[in-house]
Amino acid sequence: MKQENFYNFAYLDEQTKRMIRRAILKAIAIPGYQVPFASREMPMPYGWGTGGVQVTASIIGKDDVLKMIDQGSDDTTNAVALRGFFELTAGVESTTETSEASIIQTRHRIPEDDLTEDQVIVFQVPIPEPLRFLEPRETETRKMHALEEYGLMHVKLYEDIATHGHIATSYAYPVKVMDRYVMDPSPTPKFDNPKMHKMAALQLYGAGREKRIYAIPPYTDVVSLDFEDYPFSVQEWPDTECGLCGATEVYFDEVVTDDHGGRMFCCSDSDYCEKRRAAGHTGKQPDQAAEV
Amino acid sequence: MNSAGVDSPLLRCSDLSKYYGRQPGCIDVSFELWPGEVLAIVGESGSGKTTLLNCLSANLEPTSGTVEYAMRDGTMPNLFDLGEAERRFLMRTDWGFVHQNPADGLRMAVSAGANVGERLMAVGERHYGKIRHSASDWLERVEIETGRIDDYPRTFSGGMRQRLQIACNLISAPRLVFMDEPTGGLDVSVQARILDLLRGLVSDLGLSVIVVTHDLAVARLLSHRMMVMKDGRVIESGLTDQVLDDPQEAYSQLLVSSILQV
Amino acid sequence: MYVAVKGGKKAIDAAHRLFADKRRGDRSVPAMTLEQIANQLSFAVDRVMSEGSLYDRELASLAIKQSAGDLIEAIFLIRAYRTTLPRFGASRPLETREMRVERRISASYKDMPGGQVLGPTFDYSHRLLDFTLAADGEVADPERPDEAMTAQLGHVAEILDREGLIEPVPADAENEQPPDLTREPLEFPAGRKLRLQNLARGDEGFLLAMGYSTQRGYARGHAFAGEIRMGEVEVEFFAEELGFNVPLGRVKLTECQMVTQFKGSSKVKPQFTRGYGLAFGQSERKAMSMALVDRALRWEEYGEELVAPAQDEEFVLSHSDNIQATGFVEHLKLPHYVDFQAELELVRKMRREIEERDEAESQEAAE
Repeated sequence: MKQENFYNFAYLDEQTKRMIRRAILKAIAIPGYQVPFASREMPMPYGWGTGGVQVTASIIGKDDVLKMIDQGSDDTTNAVALRGFFELTAGVESTTETSEASIIQTRHRIPEDDLTEDQVIVFQVPIPEPLRFLEPRETETRKMHALEEYGLMHVKLYEDIATHGHIATSYAYPVKVMDRYVMDPSPTPKFDNPKMHKMAALQLYGAGREKRIYAIPPYTDVVSLDFEDYPFSVQEWPDTECGLCGATEVYFDEVVTDDHGGRMFCCSDSDYCEKRRAAGHTGKQPDQAAEV
Repeated sequence: MNSAGVDSPLLRCSDLSKYYGRQPGCIDVSFELWPGEVLAIVGESGSGKTTLLNCLSANLEPTSGTVEYAMRDGTMPNLFDLGEAERRFLMRTDWGFVHQNPADGLRMAVSAGANVGERLMAVGERHYGKIRHSASDWLERVEIETGRIDDYPRTFSGGMRQRLQIACNLISAPRLVFMDEPTGGLDVSVQARILDLLRGLVSDLGLSVIVVTHDLAVARLLSHRMMVMKDGRVIESGLTDQVLDDPQEAYSQLLVSSILQV
Repeated sequence: MYVAVKGGKKAIDAAHRLFADKRRGDRSVPAMTLEQIANQLSFAVDRVMSEGSLYDRELASLAIKQSAGDLIEAIFLIRAYRTTLPRFGASRPLETREMRVERRISASYKDMPGGQVLGPTFDYSHRLLDFTLAADGEVADPERPDEAMTAQLGHVAEILDREGLIEPVPADAENEQPPDLTREPLEFPAGRKLRLQNLARGDEGFLLAMGYSTQRGYARGHAFAGEIRMGEVEVEFFAEELGFNVPLGRVKLTECQMVTQFKGSSKVKPQFTRGYGLAFGQSERKAMSMALVDRALRWEEYGEELVAPAQDEEFVLSHSDNIQATGFVEHLKLPHYVDFQAELELVRKMRREIEERDEAESQEAAE
């Protein structure tokens, strides 16, 4: 008897999936609102993607093609482990190509290429509450959302500017969804925030340990919080290009290449980078691309 | 001031009682507060004055009775018929609340400027330069050096903290300010300066104020009218000077003689 | 060659094979059997069953073997298995009064009906390493208690109850379904039933520290161990279609009732109040800690002041679960280089701004 036969398709039992789907539907109906759900104990640790896995397990079907990324890459340890989990329990096809996938589960990045209406992107979320580090109490933060009391969020941004001369939040940068709920985009770098705005794909966010699901329906307004005279801006790497494929307008990983301060930048989105190289683009350090 | 404000009270408290179990906090209190008026509620600790203040400012739900407030749209609803969202909106726009302990009204881990600017941000001001300008303007009005705008309140003295708390409340141009022993816990010399500042601001801005104090000197300096409370009931009320110079009730006489002769 | 690390899957497989090898250890030493673990590491098995929320000695033993003795990992394995099991319903409330008592002690009375039953314990031993165990010394058979001692024993709290000296047990609606943390998200305020359920699954070490803090002045009240009892209890399930209770079997439990003084108020006369703890198997430390924390969390019912962490429902319930805690703490091992890159860029930018400002200032000074 093979291991997967002990468990239902995609691990969760059907009743649990229905419960999670109901939470997802509610989340889609109230964009940016955190819906409490009866998160299950999963066979991977809390904080390692249990929320994303439960969301994916609830929406995945036999015909789906799954792409699993962590830090923008398909080949990081946790992405490999979670992809293996769905291969084992659901037997679905998986891919590393963004355009081939119907479901993309991600931790910390949104792919560089635009997603389409036929795709769903599932985010793994550690702390869903954007107000948590300003107000530790759940009872209080739920009230603040209900009453739309978001002044405190701007107090934090004000403090950043007063101290540093600019807003010093570089990831998990808060957004306002459809001019109502302030939402944490999961710890993606703020570089990815503009991609959330009017995205064609459905965005689902799952936080397993904190037992919350939230969503952004396709083509929804998502605005990064800022001040009129200190507008939101994304990270920039002036005069930097990917050492492997020469790309410039992307999020970079910085890789230390030796013990003498040598380093190079390359695309954080590994599929995007490979595609460009296959199309003949090269960077200044193509020899570094050799695979282990 | 609109015409409705002149010929109708700003706040009307009717038959207000608050019981803690069977223990009374305050009993059958009724009065009206008119625009621009400063009302002092005096009494010893345990007299029910703080319970009354908390009911009036909607922090505590009374057991019976109503507190009606003249909204800017001309209506005068009972505060306890409003939704929590409306009550909280009132609290951070049209009202102020000056606590005895400034730490209760300030964010101690946030700079002075952000403390003063919070109310503006809460109602949607999104221009950093303007917020900072107003904050620094208000620091000046409460006699805090504008160079300290980025310092934390915990680096401030007790008197400065209290002045900072006052600025935080007044920046939103409230119509009604509640004060709970605003000079309690401060040195006498510092008290005098705060009272002076408050008196100036109240008359410049035409504020309505309800101030709770056990200190009759505070009542004399700040208020037009006062109410004396004992065992949860209002036992005497009238113009401040009249009550202090010619108290009618035996208890008021005792209170006045015991304090003012010192 | 270092760049754009590849081959994650291969490396992970290798790591797992290394762990399996480490777990097995020296092949010349016989492998442990589940029977050995179930029989000879019974406290470990009891803890894994309690915090894993699954009463199954064999599976708990397997989990301990699979996790090479890392008990939180073993609890995790049990939890992940348990979550896939169907839920038929809730049993009838357990009658711990009917417990076949193996151990029953009270610290508040010298003696009481049924007496002090010490049972199996190392409480009264000298903590000296026993080298005969190292030499596999055989153990003599103990004297078994006679039947009378394992008959029905009233709770010690009942003695106080008869005089009205202790708060009554809260009346509970018959047949009311208890809340289920594993099926509903935890929401605040949670209420006592949900709190107790959370504490029963909570980490022994966390509850021990929280309970301990209440003894050191972080929350009021001097507690007495009114009673600690351990033994087997029958589990019954009300079958709708049959219309009567069906016995499902027996489980071994440890129950602790702490008794704490309450000074009363103008309306309520002074009396003792209760703190309750319950755990699978023999888990006295856990049951006692739970009872202390339960009582501390009830501050609101008695009009006490909220002054200590152990009284804070949100704090205690949100941090008691060791599976949630270990997952989130250990997730820091996962790569975070995308966010780190964002911070790196920010720190460099902030440093650059200060350098530029300093440079401009020194130029001005020079001019």
